[in-house]
Amino acid sequence: MTFDRIRIPGSESRLLPAEKLHGPTVAVTAIMTFAMIVVAAAGLALANAASIVTAGTESKLVVQVPAASAARLPGAVAAVRAIKGVRAVTSVSEEEMRETLERWLGSAAASKDLPVPSLLTVEIEPRANASTVGAGIRKAIPEAGVSAQSAQLKPLVRSIRGLEWLALSLVFLMSTATAAAIVLAARGALDTHRSTVEIMHGIGATDIQVTRLFERKIAVDAIAGALAGLAAAVVVLLLLGGAIAAAAGDLIAGAPLGIGDLLILAAIPVAAVILAVAVAHITLLKALRATL
Amino acid sequence: MRQVRTGGEDELASVVQFESVGLRYGTGAEVLRDLDFTLSKGAFYFLTGASGAGKTSLLKLLYLAQRPTRGRISLFGEDLAHAPRETLPQFRRRIGVVFQDFRLIRHLSAYDNVALPLRIAGRGEAEINSAVREMLDWVGLGDRAGARPATLSGGEQQRVAIARAVVTQPDLLVADEPTGNVDSEMAKRLLHLFDALNGFGTTVVVATHDLGLIASNPGAQLMRLDSGALVDPTGALKNPPRLSPIEGRP
Repeated sequence: MTFDRIRIPGSESRLLPAEKLHGPTVAVTAIMTFAMIVVAAAGLALANAASIVTAGTESKLVVQVPAASAARLPGAVAAVRAIKGVRAVTSVSEEEMRETLERWLGSAAASKDLPVPSLLTVEIEPRANASTVGAGIRKAIPEAGVSAQSAQLKPLVRSIRGLEWLALSLVFLMSTATAAAIVLAARGALDTHRSTVEIMHGIGATDIQVTRLFERKIAVDAIAGALAGLAAAVVVLLLLGGAIAAAAGDLIAGAPLGIGDLLILAAIPVAAVILAVAVAHITLLKALRATL
Repeated sequence: MRQVRTGGEDELASVVQFESVGLRYGTGAEVLRDLDFTLSKGAFYFLTGASGAGKTSLLKLLYLAQRPTRGRISLFGEDLAHAPRETLPQFRRRIGVVFQDFRLIRHLSAYDNVALPLRIAGRGEAEINSAVREMLDWVGLGDRAGARPATLSGGEQQRVAIARAVVTQPDLLVADEPTGNVDSEMAKRLLHLFDALNGFGTTVVVATHDLGLIASNPGAQLMRLDSGALVDPTGALKNPPRLSPIEGRP
């Protein structure tokens, strides 16, 4: 529909003066498209990260075995494996924990004064009840602390979901701002060419005929702006993408954006143009209907 | 009574009918009041009156640029005083208007300005081309088709405006001081053009102060506005007499 409105006969397109791309529509659409794509990309990447994090933790329990009981670790692992509903048990020994802590604590991590627990990561069967399995573990190793991995990461996931909603809200706000700018641009264009509009009305032009002229100009400006915004966003995302992927790669597996996400991002410039033309159409018709 | 330009039965049909029409702008006094008249199909009318008498306001009502604040206006048999605005374009396409200030679109050539009503009406480019060329030749601007209004003299712009008004061969032609910017020779030529159009059945209403112009067309009706009220010196606005066609008319 939008592109039909751009294709009007050359003779009609000459009714408004041929001008170079200019004015607020190009700049506003470019800036808003750029911002919407970047913010939406961040939101989608966060959504993916949250999904990956939650998917990996929903079926896992973390068991902390105090340092004092380290000697019992092999037996504890065997006992946990024997519990009904447990699919696999991975142990992280005290030595491995100390090696990990050495990155932050240096040689102090090796000090025996520092109590470092051993960890067991318990993967449970999909249909198993985590509470029942946890109770079984506590029975087998009374001194152990048992917690669901998802519970540990819940605050992080909640924060990520919050950021997703923030990104979605920002995209909505930017769309609204774009629409408001288009309203002003359409009214401004109508005021600038008021005499032409009056002449056209006077000799029998319909509101739709007049509207199409302005829609065409706004659509062309919006397309130019959306393409400029898309190009800028692609450059920025490519530059940042490597760093983001590298940073995320240490925490979660997989690319931050999938094919579906890229399609969503590609649809944003198209949506911006459709929004601009639709808003211009409504604004112009409303303004023209206020005249005789 | 002067002979009026009316022909056969259907030429007597009314094109415009005003009943108790009044017009005021905002909360001001009425600029037009109690207008009651009928304009016949194929007739020629001069509208005269002192400056401020309401000529331009009456013309605005005729070419549907203004709605009356009271009364009923019937155009081509339809009551348009309260008609939905969506219906107005189809009636405006049957009306040619020559504005006092020309109202040409400045970035369009003379050709494109004249072609505008035909394009708005959706005519094909071949038809437009022949009609526009013919009309520009008729007003003596065949060689200035590509010129923009800013490069044309006042008289030339006036002629482009007239060509634009008549190119569709409208049922009603409304002209506001159409000869105000042309010399007497061109004024006669333009009046001849209106006359010829009138001969094809177009009802013509010309607002003018030019008594010479009025005198040069003795077959026309005279409408005179005085402080917003209409005086009918020729007495045929309400009940046009049935007379034989004028000499030289088919």
